[in-house]
Amino acid sequence: MIHRKLSLVAAIGLIAASAFLGATPALADETETEPPVVELVLDVSGSMKAADVEGGATRMAVAKQAFNEVVDSLPETTQLGIRVLGATYAGKNKRLGCQDTQQIVKVGTVNPVAAKNAIATLKPTGFTPIGLALREAAADLGDTGSVRRIVLITDGEDTCTPPDPCDVARELAAQGTELVIDTLGLAPDEKTRKQLVCISQATGGTYAAAQSEDELTDRIKQLVDRAALPPPVTPAAVTGAKDCAKAPLLAAGVYTDRELIGEHRYYRVAVDSGDELRASVSVALDRPLNRDYGVLIKAATMDGRELVRGVDASSGRADVISAGLRWSGDEEPDLSATSDICLEVSNSFASATAAGAPGMPVELSIGLAPASEAPDAPGLGRGLLLLFVLAIAGLVAGVLAGWLTRWWVAKWGVN
Amino acid sequence: MRSLPALIALGFIMLPSPALADPSEGPKPAAGISSAGTSFLTAVTIGAGQPVKVAAVTGDYLYWSFPAEAGQRPELAVTVDLSEAAGRSGAQSWTVEVFDGLRRRQACVGGEQSPVAAVSDTELTLGCRLRQVRSWAEPWDGDPLPGTYYVRLSSTDLPEKDLGLPIDVALNLTSPTGDTSADQGSLAAPLVPDNRPGEVLTAAPSPTAEADEDDISLDWLPDFSSRWVWTAAGGVIAAITGLIGFSWTRRRRA
Repeated sequence: MIHRKLSLVAAIGLIAASAFLGATPALADETETEPPVVELVLDVSGSMKAADVEGGATRMAVAKQAFNEVVDSLPETTQLGIRVLGATYAGKNKRLGCQDTQQIVKVGTVNPVAAKNAIATLKPTGFTPIGLALREAAADLGDTGSVRRIVLITDGEDTCTPPDPCDVARELAAQGTELVIDTLGLAPDEKTRKQLVCISQATGGTYAAAQSEDELTDRIKQLVDRAALPPPVTPAAVTGAKDCAKAPLLAAGVYTDRELIGEHRYYRVAVDSGDELRASVSVALDRPLNRDYGVLIKAATMDGRELVRGVDASSGRADVISAGLRWSGDEEPDLSATSDICLEVSNSFASATAAGAPGMPVELSIGLAPASEAPDAPGLGRGLLLLFVLAIAGLVAGVLAGWLTRWWVAKWGVN
Repeated sequence: MRSLPALIALGFIMLPSPALADPSEGPKPAAGISSAGTSFLTAVTIGAGQPVKVAAVTGDYLYWSFPAEAGQRPELAVTVDLSEAAGRSGAQSWTVEVFDGLRRRQACVGGEQSPVAAVSDTELTLGCRLRQVRSWAEPWDGDPLPGTYYVRLSSTDLPEKDLGLPIDVALNLTSPTGDTSADQGSLAAPLVPDNRPGEVLTAAPSPTAEADEDDISLDWLPDFSSRWVWTAAGGVIAAITGLIGFSWTRRRRA
């Protein structure tokens, strides 16, 4: 008897354990996006000799110290590379000096000892070819389908313009998979700051100023940690058409596109009669723009009848402006079981300086969910009025019942 | 042998619990959060009562997301510590904005949403209380609905010189529940973004066959709310007044 009980307990335990183990792989499936790849780009130009950082250390010493600390505390999964600019050519020839950028640590899992040795040999030397370094860094990261991040650390502006590094950044961001450039200014002056802010804005990155070694180390660590965390999804690239008829047909999911100022882009979504279309769009403000702006997403039938629109307008500093809409086929019984809905995305930006290509980054998110039914009138009531009406109705019914009883008794003579 | 049903019952209780564990469930509310996202896609999920403390710089756009259910009135309290960013050159305008799962802007009905920090201020407090989350709304309506909500904290206007200075941000979310009895209907699926890579189709997908609904459903029965109490009480009062009315018609004996 005891044995039978024991075996039963064991069997139940096994079933419970297997159910638990069975659930674990399902959880692991959820993170399928690859971790982003990161490249640190460090300025080793002549100006890094300046000993003006907190405590009297040179900018170069501070940067080296910060890099060593970052390398020591790297998360294991991080795919990281290091590139330097202005590290070798000490001459005065601008043409040669502006070619001076090398990758000192290849993108991959970092060997801390080798990385530190490479960092230790750096001496502040030459020009500051930021534009070229960014281009090369983007090439180093390749186009593997995971999000690419560059962390640019510099103390001075680009000394090799043209090309303007900000234009280079915008151009790079418009090519291939998502590219984000975070910038760090080491005791930056006004020109450097403006350039770095422009580069980060052009790619949806962040800008920070570092006045001390602690600030620099903390910020690089924060940026690298952020990069180690994969985003929930890598959006698919799509190109919206100029009208509904030629628009690409989209499944549910997240997409990226580019849209010029004042341009309209069209997409199609097939919506079942029992489904609800959910669409949201974000347009990133990646360049200097006039103060007020807006975005509009409109759902229409293929012949151009508007169904619903989502709109938002704002002003001032912002990273993105978003709008969204819901629509379900239940309200349109005339449409067939599956109808193509046309989505039109337009914007009302204006820019005095940078209105041309590439367009502004658009993130489009499409969802298809079961449609919700409009509710009936409530089956239950509430409030004093309800009680009053019920009380009066009861009273009237009681009086009527009483009269009826009296009449019945009088007529039939039965008590 | 009497213990057999009890053991089987125990087994049934134990079995579903791991399967039911929600993978999207965040860490326990006690654990603090020390990071923020930089876009809608990378927003860091927070829960009610979970303390959030993040080191950032002026000019950053910080994103968090939180889930909300019908009947809740989420409220955000944000503190920006500007003491490390001393020596600023001018005033800064800050704002905390809330967006729903469709990235539609949601109105704040309480709290200081867009304060301005003067040059000498060392701390800035922001707040936003949302309208009560509704259980259902017309598709073209902007009412807050169950699902994901996004919070974006940013400075909307500041001198260019003051960008990139270190700050500390603390955020606290509370989600008290209001009365849901006024709400009718329910949303078939919460407004949670479908975060999967998109796919451009070449042909329209064939409509899916509609599932037969022949099982007995209790959907017509409203959830328990104060309406049940009012209606039942009304019935009792009607019965009492009915008896009173009946008694009025009785012949008084002389």
